[in-house]
Amino acid sequence: MGKQFPGVRALHEVDLRLNRGEILALLGENGAGKSTLMKILAGVQPPDSGQILFEGDSIRIDSVQDAMERGIALIHQELNLATNLSVGANIFLGREPRKRGFIDERIIAERSRHFLRLVGLDMDPREIVGNLTIGRQQMVEIAKALSIDARVLIMDEPTSSLSQKETENLFKVIKDLRERGVSIIYISHRLGEVKELADRVTVLRDGENAGDLDREEIDHDRMVSLMVGRDLSQFYPHEPHTPGEVALEVVKLRSPAHPKHAVSFSLRSGEIVGMAGLVGAGRTELIETIFGVTKSMGGEVNVGGSQAEIRSPRDAIRAGLALAPEDRKEQGLVLEMAVRENLSLASLKRDQRKGFLNLKKEDEISEEMIGKMRIKTPTDRQVVRYLSGGNQQKVVLGKWLAMKPRVLLLDEPTRGIDVGAKQEIYALMEELAREGVAILFVSSEMEEILGMSDRTLVMHEGRITGELERAELSEEAVMKLATGGGESPAGAAA
Amino acid sequence: MKRILGILVLFIVVYVTTAILAERAGADFLSGYTQQNLLRRIAPIGILGIGVAFVIITGGIDLSLGSMVCLIGVGVAWLLSDVGWPISVTLCLAFAVSAGIGLFHGTLITRLNLPPFVVTLCGLLMYRGITRGFTQDQPAGFGTEFSGLKVLTKGEIPIPGVSPDTFQLPVPFALMLVVAILAAIFLNKTIYGRHLMALGNNEEAARLSGVNTKALVILAYVICSVLAGFAGLLHVLDVNTEQPATAGNFFELFAIAAAVLGGCSLRGGTGTIAGVVIGTALIQLLRQMITIVFPRQQSMEYLMIGAVLLIGVIADELVRRAVAKRRAAKAA
Repeated sequence: MGKQFPGVRALHEVDLRLNRGEILALLGENGAGKSTLMKILAGVQPPDSGQILFEGDSIRIDSVQDAMERGIALIHQELNLATNLSVGANIFLGREPRKRGFIDERIIAERSRHFLRLVGLDMDPREIVGNLTIGRQQMVEIAKALSIDARVLIMDEPTSSLSQKETENLFKVIKDLRERGVSIIYISHRLGEVKELADRVTVLRDGENAGDLDREEIDHDRMVSLMVGRDLSQFYPHEPHTPGEVALEVVKLRSPAHPKHAVSFSLRSGEIVGMAGLVGAGRTELIETIFGVTKSMGGEVNVGGSQAEIRSPRDAIRAGLALAPEDRKEQGLVLEMAVRENLSLASLKRDQRKGFLNLKKEDEISEEMIGKMRIKTPTDRQVVRYLSGGNQQKVVLGKWLAMKPRVLLLDEPTRGIDVGAKQEIYALMEELAREGVAILFVSSEMEEILGMSDRTLVMHEGRITGELERAELSEEAVMKLATGGGESPAGAAA
Repeated sequence: MKRILGILVLFIVVYVTTAILAERAGADFLSGYTQQNLLRRIAPIGILGIGVAFVIITGGIDLSLGSMVCLIGVGVAWLLSDVGWPISVTLCLAFAVSAGIGLFHGTLITRLNLPPFVVTLCGLLMYRGITRGFTQDQPAGFGTEFSGLKVLTKGEIPIPGVSPDTFQLPVPFALMLVVAILAAIFLNKTIYGRHLMALGNNEEAARLSGVNTKALVILAYVICSVLAGFAGLLHVLDVNTEQPATAGNFFELFAIAAAVLGGCSLRGGTGTIAGVVIGTALIQLLRQMITIVFPRQQSMEYLMIGAVLLIGVIADELVRRAVAKRRAAKAA
């Protein structure tokens, strides 16, 4: 027994045990409390109650410095590197070795080289971090953790932006670290990875322990049922739809992020199409190009059979499109404004009376949407900031439904919201599809893709690498296409 | 109403204090004459404040206001008195230049993504420089002529039921009220006002909801500059003669201070016109109070205004935090 962390905080008394030299996979849906738990361990947030036992002693971790002194290091999903500084400077940031009061660059270079070699990087520590690939930056983070003599390494979705090869390399380093007696908490949504890597699995659900699995018990279905807490078919209300006319047709569209790849696909009314792929595959960029958020580099977008000139979101809205963006708080909502003002924001212009607000119409819209979306809010004048994530997302959707869109684009529609709200959003997607709305949703959650889509488009590095009908849909098939491994026979796009 | 309550209370406290101190010092404050002068002085800064409130709501700033006052105010006086242009042509030109400058600022800020601070800082330097150039640094004024135009500042409107000898409403204050009412209607009752508030809070979300954010930001700068030109005209008409080197100095800061006191956050997205008007009134009241309480130390003026502004924003922040805390406690 190495370390033990029982009974922590407002996450309704979660227990977590980590043995020396083991890889513990921590699983759970978004909002299950994984990140909170990890932040407590790394000293980013204080616990409200409970205690942490470290090598048998009860310890307090009040700050990141405390955690670092104990040898606990957290590697965030979005890497925390100063991209304008050199690799060496990053590794020793805040702990720069000094000579007569000045930074000793020679020592930094020497020691950095040592730690970089431990993670399999043979490179010049004077290289600027911003010039490295994401995979290499990740290794620099690990080297940095090793440089503080980390004995517990917490990795939050480390592979979410890595290529297949980089992922393999990372696994090698992780296993290597285990041999050296480093304990690793590995957070991931990729169950395949967990199966390959983990010695043990701990699952959280809604801020509580959902269960633990030992090495020999780890399999896909067990993990999923612990995470979701029920049978999948009950969770996803999917029924087959009868798609109608083509509602959206994208022809050789090129996004500024991947100008070399022309993407084509189409979407029928009453159809729910999932868009899968790794983070960075270009899904958000594609959707934003369709919606006119970013300028297209060529190609056509046809809505309802006629070509739509989309140069701005205004044009897209006029054509009958709607977009619930990936980043709800930054792009979807005006957080400081009231629920009703957010709900009417897109439709103000349509409902105007010679430039003046149509408050009666606004009343109607907010009443209808709060009811239909079951938005939990004390009044329609509540400031949106104070709603929960799920209710905020419903406000975003309500804003668009008030426009009665022909095509609804959803980018990670259930990110960071609780299980109950998720289910409501799924039910709503079903309802809209039945009413004839064409829905395209981007998701990085495999379960959601498998559970909700009639058809799935998979992207890899800016291209659509395949299209899977519901019958052909499986995690393996999606992952294969998402990592660029083999074209689908359906071969959706050039 | 809730949002301007704080500033309103502060204004009343300062007003009553001033009245009491003036009474003790045997100075004149509550007379109709002094009150009329106070209102007259509120007008130009109030109009500037209302204009800059539009810009501040978008999350921007306009530092060029004082120089705009100089350019338009002194420029009009110079064209009329020294060059001899007709009034109608001069006023049209003044309007076109004001609007053009706003368009210029707004375009640079939205199309080239230049920071508003820098763009309008350059304006601050340039417009005063231009004025000093064409006037060759000589003062310009209206002399004893242009009595028609001077009605804009010297005129008084009798109030029914009040003897004209005791108190009449100064025309510039009435003009400011008209501007304030129009601005408040625009902000609160039109879709453009709502869009402006939304984009000030979250420009990206507003854009993705179909708001033409760039056009609206440009419009805000145009409104601001046009009102600044108007305020400049009123100011120079009021003082009759102005020096190009000093006309309107510090006006931008008084106007911004008034807007901030009135509840505009420099982060954008909040502000009320009523608040800005009361904020302006408070600042001018403070200046008046200093002349009464410290007649021999007029230099205290800046210290006082600065201190009140600072106390105001600190109090505002503390109240905001307390409210947020209470809400969080309620939610839990």
